[in-house]
Amino acid sequence: MSPAAGGFLDRVSGRVKLTGWLSLAAPLLAILFAAVITAVVLLITGNAPFATFALMAEYGVQPRSLVLTLNFATTYYLAGLAVAIGFRMNLFNIGVDGQYRLAALLAAAVGGTVALPGPLLIVVVVLVGVLVGALWAGIVGLLKATRGVSEVISSIMLNAIATGVGAWLLTPALLAVPVAGSNNIGTRPIPESAHFPGFALIPGTTVKVFGFIVVAILMGIAYHVLLTRTVFGFDLRATGRSESAAVASGVNVKKMVLATMLISGAVAGMVGMPQLLGASYSYSLDFPAGLGFTGIAIALLGRNHPVGIAVGALLWSFLDNSSNILDLEGIPKEIVIIMQGTIVLSVIVAYELVHRYRMAAEQRRVSRELTGGTGGSGGAGGTATPEGAVSR
Amino acid sequence: MREAAISIPTEVVAQPAVELEGITKRFPGVVANRDIRLMVRRGHVHAIVGENGAGKSTLMKILYGMQRPDEGVIKINGDPVAFRSPEGAITAGIGMVHQHFMLADNLTVLENVVLGSEPRKGGIAIDFRAARKKIKEISDAYGLGIEPDMLVEELGVGARQRVEILKVLFRGARILILDEPTAVLVPQEVEELFDNLRVLVGQGLTIIFISHKLDEVLSVADAITVIRRGETVAEVDPSAVTARQLAELMVGSELPSPETRDSTVTDVVALSVEGLTVRAPDGRAAVDQVAFTIHKGEVLGIAGVEGNGQAELVEAIMGMRPADGTIHLADADISSWSTLRRREGGIGYIPEDRHRHGLLLEAPLWENRILGHQTRRPNAKGPWIDRAGARGDTERIAREYDVRTPGIDVDAAALSGGNQQKLIVGREMSGDPVVLIASHPTRGVDVGAQAAIWDHLRAARADGLAVLLVSADLDELIGLSDTLKVILRGRIVADVDPSAVTPEQLGSAMTGAGEES
Repeated sequence: MSPAAGGFLDRVSGRVKLTGWLSLAAPLLAILFAAVITAVVLLITGNAPFATFALMAEYGVQPRSLVLTLNFATTYYLAGLAVAIGFRMNLFNIGVDGQYRLAALLAAAVGGTVALPGPLLIVVVVLVGVLVGALWAGIVGLLKATRGVSEVISSIMLNAIATGVGAWLLTPALLAVPVAGSNNIGTRPIPESAHFPGFALIPGTTVKVFGFIVVAILMGIAYHVLLTRTVFGFDLRATGRSESAAVASGVNVKKMVLATMLISGAVAGMVGMPQLLGASYSYSLDFPAGLGFTGIAIALLGRNHPVGIAVGALLWSFLDNSSNILDLEGIPKEIVIIMQGTIVLSVIVAYELVHRYRMAAEQRRVSRELTGGTGGSGGAGGTATPEGAVSR
Repeated sequence: MREAAISIPTEVVAQPAVELEGITKRFPGVVANRDIRLMVRRGHVHAIVGENGAGKSTLMKILYGMQRPDEGVIKINGDPVAFRSPEGAITAGIGMVHQHFMLADNLTVLENVVLGSEPRKGGIAIDFRAARKKIKEISDAYGLGIEPDMLVEELGVGARQRVEILKVLFRGARILILDEPTAVLVPQEVEELFDNLRVLVGQGLTIIFISHKLDEVLSVADAITVIRRGETVAEVDPSAVTARQLAELMVGSELPSPETRDSTVTDVVALSVEGLTVRAPDGRAAVDQVAFTIHKGEVLGIAGVEGNGQAELVEAIMGMRPADGTIHLADADISSWSTLRRREGGIGYIPEDRHRHGLLLEAPLWENRILGHQTRRPNAKGPWIDRAGARGDTERIAREYDVRTPGIDVDAAALSGGNQQKLIVGREMSGDPVVLIASHPTRGVDVGAQAAIWDHLRAARADGLAVLLVSADLDELIGLSDTLKVILRGRIVADVDPSAVTPEQLGSAMTGAGEES
């Protein structure tokens, strides 16, 4: 039929909704499938699948692991949100990685040098991160809006540039000082008054849950409100669903590209904050890297839905943490990477299958209700031959 | 109204070329074809008529092997066949000429024709010499007048269609299916096509001709089958039936008419355009110094063969495309306004391609109600979307504009084309537009929806709406317009009085052959 109703890529990146039990069934089936694949790999490598899974589950629910799972998930969640904002508008912000690293570095440097009362310093540090992330992503948006440069290309290149700039800034001549008791170097530590307080949420461990988890939850709510309740969010989603229709409706797509990249970059600028303000208090050479790419996987898993991304972040984080036991038992923990990869792939396949099923079901329902309702009144226009939709 | 110009069925043939018995095809929720019976004699032009969505295209896809019937038997020259793909149909001597041409513009006729069935020389090289000779032979034998070495982009619409016909003849087709072949042609080209078809059937070929243009069907067909709502409702002899009877068989009820004769034109200018020029990417003027004025209560029709600048003109007025010249909305110069501001200023827009420009297909109806009106009540309050307001107003549109849907939460993609269009018309009529830009407002919608849309346009016009109507449907243009202008290669070449012009005269003006009336 005529131009397809939303392409496959739209569905992959979650601009198409799934409703009811299907939205749950698809990811659950995918995870089950991923577990089967992982089990096969374990069998091939001579390990007992069930014993391995049991080991991971047992280790994963220990109090310390649970806290770490929540903490990792906080970071992953922000990364997922940053990517998802772009996805909702058909923008693939691969550059979250460079954005958050540069943002965290500069924010840490400011936090270590500026003398301000504690809570105010926290606000300043976060603001610097947000600003740096937004500006770094803004370059991508500007290039796309003015010169038509693909955001995928420019943001990948800016990742590499961010790595270079970061390496240059993090030298003793500029921002770095030696980290006490190691040969590591990092920015000056943020004073204790500006540490983001954590919660002793889970009994049985001294490790605290990042206080930033509250900020992450608030960001999720803000994301949802922005997208579904505001005119800006409507324009953003409309542009993602059909750029031509958005243009005809009066949306200035170039402005939207720039605004969306700025927002995505701003959220990316927060990705390093839980770690910076809740655990390491300085940006050193061993600051976590690659979170931007984890964010892409998690946004895909969560279909860009705020709750979905949360579930994806928790799952991912749980697998990361519970796999730490495997090395001790002589099982390669890389098995978990296989599992994570399979989950992403199978979730995408499952969403696609469910989507097709849902489209056909909706068309059936519409035509059934119409033919039932009008009772063969013979009037033209009564038959609903769905247009622009998938039949077959 | 006119007797059929029956071509020369040379022989009385015992064996029909195509026989369909009890063909049934179901799609999810819809029976596209129900117990279809059809017998096409060899050497006949057999017309299949029915309104949009009646199931003609599905039936032809079945015959051409693109879809498989759920029930029923297909016989070609008396032998039952079951095609799994179009290749099977081609082998059996069936060829299909699609409504939309499938030609590569930057290749020659020869290259286009051999594409996919290249004659080989020594197993590897394409034997262009043999192909050229064969094309010449076919072209001469059937009087198609095709020059194999012309570039397709240099050919007119009529010639392109003959290339399409030649393509299927080249593959050995003896039974040709023509899907709405006249949709893209002006009346003169239609006559030429019909002459070609008469030569083809005169030489023993069989043609199945799908159309909903009844005058044309009556002038060319030897037999007519009427399809309504997926069923064969009548087999008629073209010499024994009038266009009106045929139309009533097709629709199954009284016919709508686009006539509006009581003038509601005022002398208040609603939209005026001066010296509007739109440049195509190659620097050519797609719209060239166009000027017109539309008054309140006036429908200004733009007639023209598609691709003569209508789309660019409309998009320039909507601010979607950069243009030189000035556009005034009432007294305000809106030339530098954004699309959003023009829409907020009271310009409604029914786009030519509802899927590309009019709808978010995979969004629910109520979100589609917001599209294009996202800054205004009842859809928004300041920066916030007013969900309740938008939903309520979507219910109103569905009710007032008879959008047949089980609810406003279904996706736009689940509605039929006519209902999608009614939603768009309802949306664009909401919020008190001053000017409506209506591009092909009833294209691809069924007769019922068409009549409803015309009624809405007429009512709005009576209330003082100014309408710019761009259409390819000459009856619609003549019937609805108060003023008619003809566009050719981006220029307004003629002003026509819609109350005095016939579709034929308008057709001549559209090709530049006619004189101003």
